[in-house]
Amino acid sequence: MSQVMEVKDLKVYFDIKRGFIDDMLSKEKLQVKAVDGIDLTIGKGEIFSLVGESGSGKTTIGKTILDLIPATQGDIVFLGDSLKHKSKAEKKKFRQKAQMIFQDPYQSLNPKDIILDIVAEPLQVNGLIKNEKEKMQKVVNALEMAGLTPAEDFLYRYPHELSGGQRQRVAIAGAIVLDPEFIVADEPVSMLDVSIRIGILNLMMALRDRKGISYLFITHDLSLAWVISDRIAILYLGKIMEMGRADTIIHECLHPYSQSLISVMPVPAVNKEKERIILHGETPDPIHLPEGCRFHPRCPKVFEKCCREEPELTEVAPGHFAACHRIGERGRSLDEQERYKDNK
Amino acid sequence: MSDIRSEIRNRKLVQFLKSLKSSKMGMIGAVILVFFLLLAVFGPIIYPYDPQVFGSGGEVMNPPSSEHPLGTDDMGRDVLGSLISGARVSLLIGVLATLISMVVGTVLGILAGYYDNKLGALIMRFTDFFLVIPWLPLMLVLAAILGTSVWNIILVIGLTGWAGTTRVVRAQTLSIKERPFIERAVAIGSDGKHIMVKHILPNVFPLVFANTILVSAVAILSETTLSFLGMGDPTRPSWGMMLHYAFESGAASIGAYWFFIPPGLAVVLVVLSFTFLGYAFDEILNPKLKGR
Amino acid sequence: MELLEVRNLKTYFKTQKGMVKAVDDVSCSLSYGKVLGLVGESGCGKTTTALSIANLLPPEGRIVGGEVLLEGEDLMGLSAGKLRKKRWKEVSIVFQGAMNALNPVMKVGLQIAEVLMLHDKLTYEQAMIRTKELFKLVEIDEERVNQYPHEFSGGMKQRAMIAMALACNPKIIIGDEPTTALDVMVQAQILNLLEKLKNEINMGLILITHDLSVLGEICDDVAVMYAGKIVEKGKVEDIFENHQHPYTYKLMNAFPNIYGERKLSDSIPGNPPNLLEPPSGCRFHPRCEFADERCKTKEPMLAEVGHRHFAACHYGGVFK
Repeated sequence: MSQVMEVKDLKVYFDIKRGFIDDMLSKEKLQVKAVDGIDLTIGKGEIFSLVGESGSGKTTIGKTILDLIPATQGDIVFLGDSLKHKSKAEKKKFRQKAQMIFQDPYQSLNPKDIILDIVAEPLQVNGLIKNEKEKMQKVVNALEMAGLTPAEDFLYRYPHELSGGQRQRVAIAGAIVLDPEFIVADEPVSMLDVSIRIGILNLMMALRDRKGISYLFITHDLSLAWVISDRIAILYLGKIMEMGRADTIIHECLHPYSQSLISVMPVPAVNKEKERIILHGETPDPIHLPEGCRFHPRCPKVFEKCCREEPELTEVAPGHFAACHRIGERGRSLDEQERYKDNK
Repeated sequence: MSDIRSEIRNRKLVQFLKSLKSSKMGMIGAVILVFFLLLAVFGPIIYPYDPQVFGSGGEVMNPPSSEHPLGTDDMGRDVLGSLISGARVSLLIGVLATLISMVVGTVLGILAGYYDNKLGALIMRFTDFFLVIPWLPLMLVLAAILGTSVWNIILVIGLTGWAGTTRVVRAQTLSIKERPFIERAVAIGSDGKHIMVKHILPNVFPLVFANTILVSAVAILSETTLSFLGMGDPTRPSWGMMLHYAFESGAASIGAYWFFIPPGLAVVLVVLSFTFLGYAFDEILNPKLKGR
Repeated sequence: MELLEVRNLKTYFKTQKGMVKAVDDVSCSLSYGKVLGLVGESGCGKTTTALSIANLLPPEGRIVGGEVLLEGEDLMGLSAGKLRKKRWKEVSIVFQGAMNALNPVMKVGLQIAEVLMLHDKLTYEQAMIRTKELFKLVEIDEERVNQYPHEFSGGMKQRAMIAMALACNPKIIIGDEPTTALDVMVQAQILNLLEKLKNEINMGLILITHDLSVLGEICDDVAVMYAGKIVEKGKVEDIFENHQHPYTYKLMNAFPNIYGERKLSDSIPGNPPNLLEPPSGCRFHPRCEFADERCKTKEPMLAEVGHRHFAACHYGGVFK
């Protein structure tokens, strides 16, 4: 599988704007470490899911990959080509090939435009159409591919005249009209009714199968991620805790955070007796990150080393990565283990 | 294809007029305004009259009669004729000055909102400057320097009235800029110009439109004030000029009510009609205000 | 005697375009210490049902028929003033996004104490003592009574809203999507809390949600709503394991089960119906692949298909 997208050591920090006086009084510059060192690759036709709670940095990663938010550090390689130091024109080319689907179909379409203009806009902006006829044909094609048939019924309507599911399909049509290789889908179904969700997800899968589009699927819903993706990465406070094939993550996860997340995941079945590992408290704020492993204050399996040293994301089995000292021990070199014992 | 587009546009217009019809205030405003517009356009054809022709000695300051329905002024000119030809001048100045204000205000407002950096800050400081300096002395100075012609007055009023619009438009732009469809526009590769013209402008337009109506009222008042103070174009007397002549000739003290009441009333009615329309548009464009 | 009995409730909304039958002939009941789940998509009438029970309908909504019996007493028969008192004391409601309902410039503890002072006529001191007890009950640090909402996390705000709902010892708490805006972990915490409270206080709980998978964790009974009607109701086991209505079946399949097969089910075609002009016959027929002529013309009644298990389908279980 050839790589479509490669993210290397990505960091995104935001400065916190404070009042003038606060700024004067404290020298320390406050930063939110929204994304704090992420490595991942997405292959051709692969659906890769980023799963995390609010504040985990999943949306920031998606937007940074598409160059909508500047990266503080790290590199993004698209189709073997680094995006660093690219000119405006080259970035525009990249944008044609990498598209985004947004969470809220009620907000992501300009309310003053008709559907025809919304879907044709990417073509016009990039100067890809010669005449009205070609434009019409491409728009109709994209709408029909997105499941809005007959397309003629939708062309001259405004977004507010459509249902949520139809709007999200318009947004998808607007993304695929450019024939992209890669799409970041940021919680594309979380605002939609349950009965509509499956249709949108099926559409995304069908586009992958027909056009070989790769997806970065951003979601808070592990069960959705499991159903549609090839691989899953579980994020916590801007770092990947565990990453691997979808089935591995759901059924053989090793990291205590993933284990807990999966145990509390509601499933459509009667399961009052299910043992749930409920973590206490909530995700701490990403300004004052805990020292050592960022999960250690809430971790049920915490031990002394976790408070001091940040675990690295290590390969614990082929294609299965986890960042935890508890698991790390097995996969690490003897030398390191010796040192660990000495420290104890 | 373009037929369907124009049909959509017509549908929207009809809808807008319908909601205007349902607003009492809006209807009163529209009726008054349309009356004065018709007066300005067709009045001089129906009631031909040249304000530069003075009357003979016996015709000075005559009360209303069958020959002069609204009497004559201190130069023996027909007041009704002056009122009709003044409507043209006053409304023309009002509308064109507003247009200048709105174009300048909207462009600067969108720029300042979209480029929320040094450029934006610069524009806003410039705007604040125009907001805080007393506009009347500024207009007087400008009018004195540029000379008193209708076009200069339009320019002067237009160039002093945009700052409020800029502030409002900038605030709206800042809020629209944060909406996801702008982010989508960036993601498909649009540049700043495209986003400002295609996405921000249509979405601030309702606000600009409602604002235009209110600025028109202010522009007409400004014109009246300038002319009243003697800065008007003497070759094309407006309602303000009529009030100026009335004041100079002491019409009020000698009880020549027919000389100052018609132009004064006309100014009040036109300003009132704009204000009513502004309220009505505000209600139509922000349905949440309805019934408050 | 049941704690709550809703019989043939009809709530209509008057709109510019006509009458919307948001709740159309809904019956359900709730016992002490039990949890009833109301599930359905947006616009199915689940929230309107709750608002009708709690007498919190907006002015354009009206209950046009049916009875709501609280411990045998008909709430509809009460005067407006009495009803208002009952509403807070006996039925309280926790809304979705309720955490945003806290006044940002007022201490959280005081906001709860205010309710107590108003309804139970407690003095300030008494109310603060009770507030601290409530904080303990919903597992918030007592010290936090003097903090402002912005010092609370999302989950804690929702706990505070639950404390407020508990303030007057209600007999029923209605949770309208109480966990929808929260993260999974916080959702689990809140559901745990609600279950604990229900057992400790022996009150009834009505849980309204679009997320069927939440129901399996704490509900005893479930009613599935579609287009203003209950299409299936019964014990939670019956609904999950032996459903008889095609809509329940489709809805169930829309949620992936990590302990089941890893596949996406077929979607339900079309959109939820417009309640201004609900479809003829069975309201689900335009989206039901098993529908035939009979479904288009004749409306199916809720019929008993098992012990305390009802479904409204001409062909119960046909999809199996």
